[in-house]
Amino acid sequence: MAQVILENVKKYFGQVKALDGIDLIVKDQKFVVLLGPSGCGKTTLLRCVSGLEKVTSGRIYFDGQDVTDLPPRSRNVSMVFQSYAVWPHMRVYENIAYPMKIKKYDREEIENKVEWAAKLLNIHELLDRYPAQLSGGQRQRVAVARAIVLEPAVLLMDEPLSNLDALLRVMMRSELKKLQERLGTTTIYVTHDQVEAMTMGDMIAVMSAGKIQQYGTPEEIYHKPANLFVAGFIGSPRMNFLEVEIQRGKGEVFFISESVKITCPLKLSDKLRDFPQKRVTLGMRPEHIHLSRVESGYPLRGEVYFSERLGADTIVHFKVDEEKIVAKIPGDVILEEGGSVEFFLDLSKIHVFDPKTGRSLV
Amino acid sequence: MAKKLLIGFIAVIVSLWFLTPVVLIVFASLTPSSDFYDPHKLFPTKLTLDHLYKLFVVLDGWRATLNSLQVAGLSIGLSFLVGLPAGFALTRYVFPGKNAFRLSILLTRSFPMMIIAVPLVVLYLKIGISDTLTGVALAHTSMILPFVVLITSSILSGISVEYEEAGMIFGLSRFGAFLKITLPLALPGLAASAIFAFIMSWNEVFIASVLTLINRTLPAHILNTAMTSPDYFKFAAGTVMALPAMVFIFFTRKYLMSMWGISLK
Repeated sequence: MAQVILENVKKYFGQVKALDGIDLIVKDQKFVVLLGPSGCGKTTLLRCVSGLEKVTSGRIYFDGQDVTDLPPRSRNVSMVFQSYAVWPHMRVYENIAYPMKIKKYDREEIENKVEWAAKLLNIHELLDRYPAQLSGGQRQRVAVARAIVLEPAVLLMDEPLSNLDALLRVMMRSELKKLQERLGTTTIYVTHDQVEAMTMGDMIAVMSAGKIQQYGTPEEIYHKPANLFVAGFIGSPRMNFLEVEIQRGKGEVFFISESVKITCPLKLSDKLRDFPQKRVTLGMRPEHIHLSRVESGYPLRGEVYFSERLGADTIVHFKVDEEKIVAKIPGDVILEEGGSVEFFLDLSKIHVFDPKTGRSLV
Repeated sequence: MAKKLLIGFIAVIVSLWFLTPVVLIVFASLTPSSDFYDPHKLFPTKLTLDHLYKLFVVLDGWRATLNSLQVAGLSIGLSFLVGLPAGFALTRYVFPGKNAFRLSILLTRSFPMMIIAVPLVVLYLKIGISDTLTGVALAHTSMILPFVVLITSSILSGISVEYEEAGMIFGLSRFGAFLKITLPLALPGLAASAIFAFIMSWNEVFIASVLTLINRTLPAHILNTAMTSPDYFKFAAGTVMALPAMVFIFFTRKYLMSMWGISLK
């Protein structure tokens, strides 16, 4: 258990800036998720924390101790790899016991600890088997047991669920989270799956292009995205973006495009009063566009051109003049393609971004 | 079904094509001299170990065999000592000139041994290791080393680097992780390539004949003695040369296949 602090960590591979100045504080006992598309640097960041990768510059501290120049074995970290990396030439028991054997624990203690970890992960009856005789899910449990058996200061997980089938993934998601809460181990978890991030993380660091775009709780990330990238990356289907012009008149602010003229809600207009540019990008989530009239709803009239029926929900793509907008409505509503519809945009939930910098203006 | 039969038929033909001469050689080496030169007997009426005995004991074949084993052992040891770390570096690290290095290793194989052998004799005479087993072993090492570097690099690249990294996370040093994790996993493949290296050295005749006069390895010795003897001695010598290699290859065929990147279903 430890608090992890990253200070301006940079990692370059030749000309490529994999990490471009990362500042991050992971509080003790917290579960932090690094979330981002592939190539954003999240795995590199995890490997820098583990010590498998040397940072180009910057410092890493565990509980105040500078570990930047320590090799992985001296950092008291453990890791669950994407491919599990359960050693194929050792039985399950030996795999779990090996970290302690290296550190010269006595026999009895090793036995007790392996027993404890195996029980925790429900792999008791597998201890005598070789990894080749296990399924993917079982191998994963072995990898987790090996990682927690020494009660590390920091537990690192690199997309541990990505090789499991969908059903197992959902199950392991809650199980891993429960396990972490029970053990209280500071955990850094890498994933590209936003559902994993939202359900498991105490905090989420959304990454892109070697930088942390936003660091916050799942609620903050979803309700108050700091910029266009985070807004577009979190949420499914993706947030609708609309380029509009700002028009100011008699105490009110309007967002105007060829297809819409939206009266800006009061609490937003205060913040936009001093914004010097003429254009902004509006963001509206599909789940905030409703079929029935809502308070502070703005009517969007258009033509349905495609709908995806997912069962519980229906994703409706419709056109308001030339603007394509996506709405998420209950699955029991069936809309004819080509028919005209009226939706209501909940104005209390809209986001406004500076189109040049991408930063949120609210 | 017809396809299966055809494949089976072709397999039999190919096997016969390769095995018939071997069987004939082995038979000839066991045929008594009287039967061997009798034009009316296609197959021997009885078998004898006489020729093999004479080849080994009377013609000093046992000493040459020992020499061969020593040379092979020494060259395998030397080439793995240098070649294994090189192969490891080729798979696990990115460094400038990596491809050029790999290519230059292949290039060393493009010099025929005959060109190297004569200057080598001169050099060996100067530094006083001509006609020694060490000298032959060094020459064989130069022949085996490129093969060892390339093969070990391909074997090691088949072992996920994450196994090693897991080792380093859980308490091993880089070298420790290689020794405790990677090496045991690579061992079957490495053993197969060691055996292949052994066969390369065991069969090598040209350098051994040029570099030695008295301390000859088995093939050089055979070239010197058995080839000037009656035919059944030649066949006996052929048997002695061919059998160990065939037995080794038979037992390690699975690993040899994976070593060269051929997979059998």
